[in-house]
Amino acid sequence: MTLTRTQPESTPGTIARSARGLHSIRDVFTNPKYGPVIVTGLLLVGMFIYGMSQYRGFTNPQIVVNLLIDNAHLVVLAVGMTFVILTAGIDLSVGAVLALATMMTASMAQSGLPAGVIIPLILVSTTVLGLLVGVMVHYFDIQPFIATLAAMFLARGLCYVISAKSISIEAPFFTMMGQTRLRVFGLSITPSVIVAVLVVIIAVILLRYTRFGRTVYAIGGSEASSTLMGLPVARTKVLVYAISGFCSGLAGVLYTFYTLSGYALTAVGTELDAIAAVVIGGTLLTGGYGSVLGSVLGVLVLGTIQTLITFDGTLTSWWTKIFIGALLLIFIVLQKVLTLRRG
Amino acid sequence: MSTTAPIVEMTNISITFPGVKALDDVSFRMFPGEVHSLMGENGAGKSTLIKALTGVYRPDSGTTLLDGRPVTFASTAAAQDAGISTVYQEVNLLPNLTVTENIVLGREPRRAGRIDWAACRAHAAEVLTRMGIDIDPGSLLSSHSLAVQQLVAIARATSINATVLILDEPTSSLDADEVKELFRIIRKLKDDGVAILFVSHFLDQVYEISDRLTVLRNGRFEGEYLTNELLRIDLVQKMIGKEITVLDALEKRSSDDAEDTQESDIPAIIEAQGLGRRGAVHPADISVLEGEVVGFAGLLGSGRSELARLLTGIDRSDSGTISFAGSPVKFRTPRRALSDRVVYASEDRRAEGILGELSIRDNIILALQADRGWFRPLSAKRRNELVDSYISTLGIKPANPDALVRTLSGGNQQKVLLARWLAIAPRLLVLDEPTRGIDVGAKAEIQKLVVNLAENGMGVIYISAELDEVLRLSHRVAVMRDRRLVAVLDNDTLTTDDVLAVIAEGQDLEDAS
Amino acid sequence: MTLLKRITSSKLFWPIAMLLALLVIDVIAFPGFFTIQIREGALYGSVIDILRNGSPTLMIAIGMTLVIATQGIDLSVGSVCAIAGAVAAAIILGSPNPDSVGTTIVAIGTAIAVSLVLGIWNGALVAVIGIQPIVATLILMTAGRGIAMLITKGQIITVSSDAFRYLGSGVIFGVPFAVVAAAVTVAFAGLLTRRTALGLFIESTGINARASRMAGIRARGLLILVYVFCALCSAVAGLILTSSQTAADANNTGLFIELDAILAVVIGGTSLMGGRYSLWGTVVGALVIQTLVTTVYTVGIPPIVTMVFKAAVVAAVCLLQSPKTAEYLNAWRRRRVLRTEVAAS
Repeated sequence: MTLTRTQPESTPGTIARSARGLHSIRDVFTNPKYGPVIVTGLLLVGMFIYGMSQYRGFTNPQIVVNLLIDNAHLVVLAVGMTFVILTAGIDLSVGAVLALATMMTASMAQSGLPAGVIIPLILVSTTVLGLLVGVMVHYFDIQPFIATLAAMFLARGLCYVISAKSISIEAPFFTMMGQTRLRVFGLSITPSVIVAVLVVIIAVILLRYTRFGRTVYAIGGSEASSTLMGLPVARTKVLVYAISGFCSGLAGVLYTFYTLSGYALTAVGTELDAIAAVVIGGTLLTGGYGSVLGSVLGVLVLGTIQTLITFDGTLTSWWTKIFIGALLLIFIVLQKVLTLRRG
Repeated sequence: MSTTAPIVEMTNISITFPGVKALDDVSFRMFPGEVHSLMGENGAGKSTLIKALTGVYRPDSGTTLLDGRPVTFASTAAAQDAGISTVYQEVNLLPNLTVTENIVLGREPRRAGRIDWAACRAHAAEVLTRMGIDIDPGSLLSSHSLAVQQLVAIARATSINATVLILDEPTSSLDADEVKELFRIIRKLKDDGVAILFVSHFLDQVYEISDRLTVLRNGRFEGEYLTNELLRIDLVQKMIGKEITVLDALEKRSSDDAEDTQESDIPAIIEAQGLGRRGAVHPADISVLEGEVVGFAGLLGSGRSELARLLTGIDRSDSGTISFAGSPVKFRTPRRALSDRVVYASEDRRAEGILGELSIRDNIILALQADRGWFRPLSAKRRNELVDSYISTLGIKPANPDALVRTLSGGNQQKVLLARWLAIAPRLLVLDEPTRGIDVGAKAEIQKLVVNLAENGMGVIYISAELDEVLRLSHRVAVMRDRRLVAVLDNDTLTTDDVLAVIAEGQDLEDAS
Repeated sequence: MTLLKRITSSKLFWPIAMLLALLVIDVIAFPGFFTIQIREGALYGSVIDILRNGSPTLMIAIGMTLVIATQGIDLSVGSVCAIAGAVAAAIILGSPNPDSVGTTIVAIGTAIAVSLVLGIWNGALVAVIGIQPIVATLILMTAGRGIAMLITKGQIITVSSDAFRYLGSGVIFGVPFAVVAAAVTVAFAGLLTRRTALGLFIESTGINARASRMAGIRARGLLILVYVFCALCSAVAGLILTSSQTAADANNTGLFIELDAILAVVIGGTSLMGGRYSLWGTVVGALVIQTLVTTVYTVGIPPIVTMVFKAAVVAAVCLLQSPKTAEYLNAWRRRRVLRTEVAAS
C-alpha cells in the first residue's frame, strides 16, 4: 500500500483554482488529516453515551481519569509509536522494552540503588537500544519491523537473564509514586498521569513547532523527496527510534509505579495495543498523517472498551482482544478508503 | 551575453560507474540570466552531469567552479546552501504537507526556538505572489494538480535566492497552458539574473525558452552552441550521431508495404467504438487491420498510452465497445486480453515489464505459462527449445538462459520482453515506446522485427514519442491531443510536419479563443 | 579456488555453515550428541529431539516462506495454532467418546477447516481489500488469541484422547510422527510449487506484482492460496503442539512462533523483500534455530535466554544480507587499497 500522489485532472486555466478547500462535511471526513481523528472522537463520545445509558457508574467523571491512571504507560508508549509510524516505520519492540525496564527497575531497586540513579539509567539504556535500532533501519536498510523484532527478542531475553521470576518492588519512592493521589478539580490522579500528560505536551510541541518534528512528517510523506529537499533524514530517522526507546523505558518506569513489580512476561502483546491506539487515533500506517493527540484518543478508546467490558460483567475479558482486532480492521479499511479517494 | 563571467564552470568532468564510463571529459558552463538546455538522448549522461553538479555524485576527475571558486559538494544540501537548487521531473515535494510547509521546510523562520508559523505563512505567500501563483498557501499540496505542484517546487527552489536553478524535465507531464505558465515564470527568474539549466525532450520547448545548448552523446561532450545559431536538424544530428543512415534503409521498405495494405478487404483484428475512460481518454473509435501497423502519435500525456491500455485490458474502460476478430469482447483484465492474444508491452519496462531477479528463461515463458495456468507447466524440453529459439532469433545477449534479467542491458531486456510476448503468438501487439532508452543497433533490429511481424499478418500498434519512427513504420497514424483521438491519417505521403500540424492545431484554436 | 568460490557463493552456504558450527559446539560439549538409540521401536537421541521439537516451527516456516516470497508476511500463525488446538480440544472434550479415532478425525478435520477459513480471511484482507500484509495479519494475531480464549472459555483444556495424542508422540517406523508430518509438508510444498508453475508465479508476483499482472498472472487467487497454505501449516503445527502438551492453552500455544518461523526463513536466505525463495534454505534455517536452542541448553545456559541469541542471529543475518553492508565494506576496502597505494608511491 503506497500513498500515491493525487493528480486531479487539470483542465487548462484552472491552475489558480485547483485548490480544494474543506468546504463540505464530506471533505472534512475524507480529509486524511482530520477524517480519522473525527471518526475516533465520535466513536469515543458514542461509547460514553452508551456507557452512561447502561451503567450508572459511568456518569462519574472519575471514570475518564481512571482511564488515564490505568493506561498512563500506554499513552507514553503510543506517543513514541506515533513518531515511528509517522515516518512510515513500526516498532514491535515497545512491549518487550517496557518489560525490560520493569525488570531492571525492580532488580536495581532490590539491590538498594536510589530511584534518582535507577530511572535516568533506564531511560538512557532504552534510548540507546532505540538508537541502535534506528541505525539498523536507516544505515543498513533493514525493514523496521525486522529490526525492532530483533530488539524485541533481545529485550525479552535480557528480562530472563535478569530473572525468570517476578520481582516485587518495596523501595519507598516507588510505593509512594504508586500510592500518591493528587486532587485536581475534585478528581484524584496519580503522578504517572502528570508524567504522561507532560510527555504528550512535549511531543505535541516537538512535532508541531520544531524542524525535527516537521522532518518526521516529511519523511512519512516521501523519504526520497525529503532527502532531495536537503532535510536531515538520517538523523531524524534514527532519533525517531531513539524516542520510541525512551518512551518505552519511561512507560516501563510508570508501569512499575502501577504494579510495584518487575516481570519478564509483563506486557506481552502491548506493542499491538500501542499500534492499535495509534492507528485508531488517525495516524496513517503509511506515514505522513497523524497526531499525538489522536493517539491519546486512541488509547482512551481502548481503555473505554475495557471499562465497558468490566462494567458489563457478563462479557469475558478476552472479548477486549476481539474488539480491538475488529476496531483495528475498521480503521485500517477506513484509511484504505481515504488513501484511495485521495490517490 | 558571454561578456559576463560564467556562474558555473565545469571542466573535464569524468565519472565512472562499475563497467560504464558515464561521463567522459565533459565540460559545461552556465551564465547568469541565461537558460541553458542540456541536450542528449537517453543514456547520454544528462542526469549524471546534473547529479555531479548537485552533489549527488562526486566526479572522479575534473573541476567545478562556482562563481569563480572551486567547489566540491558532499551532499545535495551542501549544493543547495551554495545556491544550486534542483526541480526534478517527478515532483519531489511532500503531498501530505501544506504548500507553505513545502516551501519553507528545512529553513522555517524560528522565534524563541520554535517555528514561527505566522512568519512561514507570510514568507510563502510572498514567494507565491512574487511568482504570480494564486493558490491558498494553507492547502495540502496533494489537493493541487501536478502542474501547480511543479510551480510550488520552483517556488521552493527560488525562495532561497538560488543563483542556479536546475529544471530536469519539468514539462513532461504538463499541458500546453501549463507549459506557458511555467515559461512565464522561467523568464521572470531569468530577468532576475538566475542561471537556469533546462532539460526537456521537446525540441519546440527547448528552442522557445533556451539561449544556449550543450549537447552530450554517450557520455561525451559534443559541443556548446547558441540556440539561435544551431538549426534543429543539426541539433538532432549531433544528438543521434551517425546512426540516421541505418534507419533510413528501413524507411523505404516500410513505405512499400503501406501501398499493399491500402486495399479495403483486409479484415480488422480489433475495432473499438467510443472507447474511453473518464479522466484518461475521451471516447475514441479506432481499428487495426490484420498485418497493419498503426502508429500512435502525440505528446507525452496526450492519452496515447492510455488509449492503448484500454484496448488491451490493462486499464478498464467506462464507455465504448471492442470487437475482436469480428465478435464483441470485454477486456477487463490483461489476462482476458492475453487469452485472445492481445498484448500490451508497456513503456515502463522496469515497473511493468521485466522481472529482474528471474532468469531470461523464466521471463520469456512467463506469459505463455500464465496462459496455460499453473497446473500445466511447460515441459523442460519444450521450455528450452522455446527459449533457445528466441535467444538466437532476437540475438539476446548473453545467450545464457539462466542469466538474471537485471544484469542485461536495456536493449536486451527489451528483447527478452518481446520474446515473452511473441511466445504467445499475439494477433494484436501494442508496443509502447519499445525503443526508448536502448542503443541504436537494438533500435533498428526491433523496428525491422515490427515490419516482419506485420508482414506475417499480425496487427501492431506502435507508440513512440519520436515522430520519425512512427511515420517510418506505420501504415496509418492515429494522432492524439489532450486525451482525445483527433485524427487517423493514412501514411502515404505523410510528413512529420503534417502530423505536427495536427498535434499543434488544437493549441492554436485555444489561443484564438 | 573456483570450486571453493562456487560453494561459498551458494545461497545455502552460510545457513549450513551456521548449522555445522552449532553441531560442532554440541559434540564438543556433549560427545554422545550424535548417538541414536532404539527403544521400544522408537528412535531416541539429541538429533531426534531437535528434529521433533523443530517440526512445528519448520512446518509454519514453510508456509511463511511462500507468503514472504509474495512480498507478504503472516504474523497470525501463532494465533492460528492456538485456535486450531482449541477447536480440536473443545470437540474432543465435548465428545462422549474422546478416545475413538473417529472423534479425533472429526476434531482434526474441523480444526483444519477453521484454519482454511482463517487463511481465506488473511488472504482476502491482503489480496482483495489491499491492506499491507503486516497489518492485515496483525488483526488476526490480536483477535485470534481472543477467539481461542472464547473457544476454550478461558480454561486450559486438557486433552486426554489416546488417538489425538498420536500426533505429538506417535512414531512411524521409529520416526516421530511430527517429523514425518514436517517432511510431508516440505515435500508437498516442493511438489506443489516446483513441479507446477506455481513457484514461478509466486516469485514473479513477489518481485513485481504489476508486471506479473500484465503478463497474465492472477495475483489475487495466488495470494489467497499462499495465506491459506500458511494457515493450514499453522493449524497442523498447532495440533501437534497441543497434542504434545496434551492441553490446549489459548494464551501460550504457538506464542512467539511467528518470530521463529520468520527467523527460519530469513536465515534460509529468502529475502523479506519477496521474490526468489528457497524451501531447502528454510529447512536449514528451522534446524539452525532448533539446534541453537538445544546448544544453549547443552552448553548449560538457561534455555530461556535463547531469545538473546535469536536476537543476535536475526541482527547478524539481516546485517549480512543488507546490500548496504556490502557497500560499506567495499568503500572501506577501496579506501584501504587507496591508502596503501598512496603509501607505496
